[in-house]
Amino acid sequence: MRSLYRNLVGLIGFFLLWEGAVRVGLVPELFVPPPSEVLATTVGLLGQEPFIRDVIATVLAWAIALLISVAIAVPAGLLLGSVPWLRNATRVIVEFLRPIPSVALIPLVLLVVGGGPEAKITLAVYAAVWPILFNTIYALSEIDPVLMDTARACGTSRGRMLTSVALPHAAPFVFTGVRMSAAIALILVVSTEYVAGAASGLGNFILEASSGGSNMDEVLAGTVVAGLIGYLINDGLERIGKRAFRWNEVAGEAAK
Amino acid sequence: MTQVTERATRLRSQAVAGLSGFARTWLVFIGAVVVWEVATRLAESVFFPPPTEIVSTALQLWFSGPASQLFLSDVVFDHILPSLGRCLAGWAIAVILGVGLGTALGRSRTGMDYVGPLFAFFRAIPPPTLVPVFMVLFGLGPGMQVATIIFGAIWPVLLNTVDGVRAVDSVKVDTARSFRTPTPYWIGMVVLPAALPKIFAGLRLSLSISLILMVVSELIGSLNGIGHELISAQRAFEFPLMWTWIVLLGILGFGLNSLLLAAERRVLRWQPNRNNDG
Amino acid sequence: MPTMLEVTGLNHRYGSGDGAHVAVKDLSFSVDAGQLACIVGPSGCGKSTLLRCIAGLIPPTDGSVSLHGDAVNGVPDDLAVVFQDYSRSLFPWLTVARNVEFPLRWRKLGKQERAERAQEALDAVGLSGVGRKFPWQLSGGMQQRVSIARALASKPALLIMDEPFASVDAQTRFELEDLLRRVQREQRTTILLVTHDIDESVYLGDRVLVLSKSPATIVADLPVDLPADRDQIATRESAKFVALRGEVARLLQTVPAKQAAPEQQADEDVATADAAEWTATEEAATENAGSAKETSH
Repeated sequence: MRSLYRNLVGLIGFFLLWEGAVRVGLVPELFVPPPSEVLATTVGLLGQEPFIRDVIATVLAWAIALLISVAIAVPAGLLLGSVPWLRNATRVIVEFLRPIPSVALIPLVLLVVGGGPEAKITLAVYAAVWPILFNTIYALSEIDPVLMDTARACGTSRGRMLTSVALPHAAPFVFTGVRMSAAIALILVVSTEYVAGAASGLGNFILEASSGGSNMDEVLAGTVVAGLIGYLINDGLERIGKRAFRWNEVAGEAAK
Repeated sequence: MTQVTERATRLRSQAVAGLSGFARTWLVFIGAVVVWEVATRLAESVFFPPPTEIVSTALQLWFSGPASQLFLSDVVFDHILPSLGRCLAGWAIAVILGVGLGTALGRSRTGMDYVGPLFAFFRAIPPPTLVPVFMVLFGLGPGMQVATIIFGAIWPVLLNTVDGVRAVDSVKVDTARSFRTPTPYWIGMVVLPAALPKIFAGLRLSLSISLILMVVSELIGSLNGIGHELISAQRAFEFPLMWTWIVLLGILGFGLNSLLLAAERRVLRWQPNRNNDG
Repeated sequence: MPTMLEVTGLNHRYGSGDGAHVAVKDLSFSVDAGQLACIVGPSGCGKSTLLRCIAGLIPPTDGSVSLHGDAVNGVPDDLAVVFQDYSRSLFPWLTVARNVEFPLRWRKLGKQERAERAQEALDAVGLSGVGRKFPWQLSGGMQQRVSIARALASKPALLIMDEPFASVDAQTRFELEDLLRRVQREQRTTILLVTHDIDESVYLGDRVLVLSKSPATIVADLPVDLPADRDQIATRESAKFVALRGEVARLLQTVPAKQAAPEQQADEDVATADAAEWTATEEAATENAGSAKETSH
């Protein structure tokens, strides 16, 4: 109860500080409107159909990208994680591809797949595949050998070992990867919309609002909504993870 | 005496194993490049120039300078170094702020209660959406870019530091208290070292975020820098040129990450399991 | 011998009102300088609370502690504690030598002097050559020696040891016991050692303080009149030792002692010790539940 009260004090304190800084003139109001105005704009925008459509476009692209990433990275991770020579052979390529900042590919992707929703989905997938892939490989390498030996001693077949021993063990790690990827995918979707000027989406909304220069309240409202979406996604996944993997204490510890 | 020889043999066998691993690594890499070369030559797509062409463009672009500049061309000084400088400056500031604030908040019992939800929200904001705000505040230029990088890179460091600082083992707390450890020694020799593994996990993430935001901020609002050159090359349909910048970003990402990993391995060499996985 | 530690009317309660758990009740005793006093009591009887009060890590609810005449108010300047769990008490990021130097860091000592004192302490516990290793590279017994060296390096007026040998194997335990007695006699350190092991308390101590089960009160204060030079085999076989350990064991029993043959007696001791442990864990559990409730509102 007391911590909830402190949470509120912190949030309200931040808004008051911001409001005060603008009112006193520390920050020019034209550039950074006070929170009261931003909140009013946010509420107003949430009642407007075009804005809602932008939000939906962004969330939809994010969801598709995350699904595709999971569909690619989990099987790939299981394969690389259980076949050592394949993992060794591909390690170099993976190690060289991963650090390429995904946004560096924006110009290329725009050329190849055009400016439609495919572009942001492609880029988000490229960025979101890695955490899931690495956490899956890591999970398989971390399986307790005793567990595997026990299963083998019980005469479990290779296929059944994967489904009944390896997968349940890997699940919490994979889920941690999905959580990291979810955040990255959202950043990429919004960034691509913003940089490339997609037909619709939150990033595009912010781009258009900022190009006039005088609609900073709308820019910030868009930012607040983007932040809220990100917060809800992260919080939701965290809750799901806690419910699904109650039996596993290391869930969330597989940062790699 | 025998110990010395044993050690030498072990070192040698390690070196051989390392060398063959190293050779295999590069063989696979070269193989991949050859496949890439053949595939692009067969496909003949303008968007995908063969790697040899990318390399020759890159050599021409970066190493055509006079001897007085160590043969580095002006491009290096006008675009690459400023980009790197902004990226590292933003990251460094984010790290200092993140570790400092994170330590203070982690030590305080109620601090995170006040700012926790606020920070969780800030972290969830995709940093590029704040570019317009920083742009009006700092104008087109390094200020805006560094601010964007700091805003994006600080959260993983800060939140991981809070976690690490909070998780100091209770027996170590009692031990330090029983020696009446003064605060500076308590923070410097107990709290921070205990939190370091967590902090490093945050540093790695924030470094890759810094690089991403460096590129994004340059794609949007910059007069120079790698991102600016990248988007200009695309707009001018100079695809090999565009590819050299993409490759450079890959190399930078790989290099910076490797440097950080090397530093981590050195700093955390006291961890027992660290010596097994080399 | 002057008095080093004086504990008067010590009380400690966790929580308040009906849910309060009394861990230590009206406890008074004193330890002379240069003495090795053992406190023995059943597990979970409040020994750790008592130690934490004496070390100044927690303020007692009531009563006073004084060290060489100065009232203890917070951790005193010249005190050191050796904890049971050496692997958690040593700092894994510091080498062995740096761990031992740790308490000297903020003293006005030259770097050279600091290193010398650390080396002396390591020599005293028989760990001369391992200064540059990290704690995890040593065996458990060696790690506990490092924490003893660290405590000695600060030259404490009082060394408090909380079940220091409970986490090492029996063989190492004998070695460490002899090491502790030797070092204590060489350096004339005043030591207050807590253990649940009756034999250990008699073998190590110049004096054994027997605690009752929770809440902890002193049941008896027995002088140990064994020769100063002790031997793991001969001393433990001596009639005096057997008589003393029998006496302590009887005192620790909650049920009135029956007349029994020595061998049967030993079996019964184990049984009662187990029973005491059971009740103690139960109490500890309720104590935890109580404190959990407390934090939730």
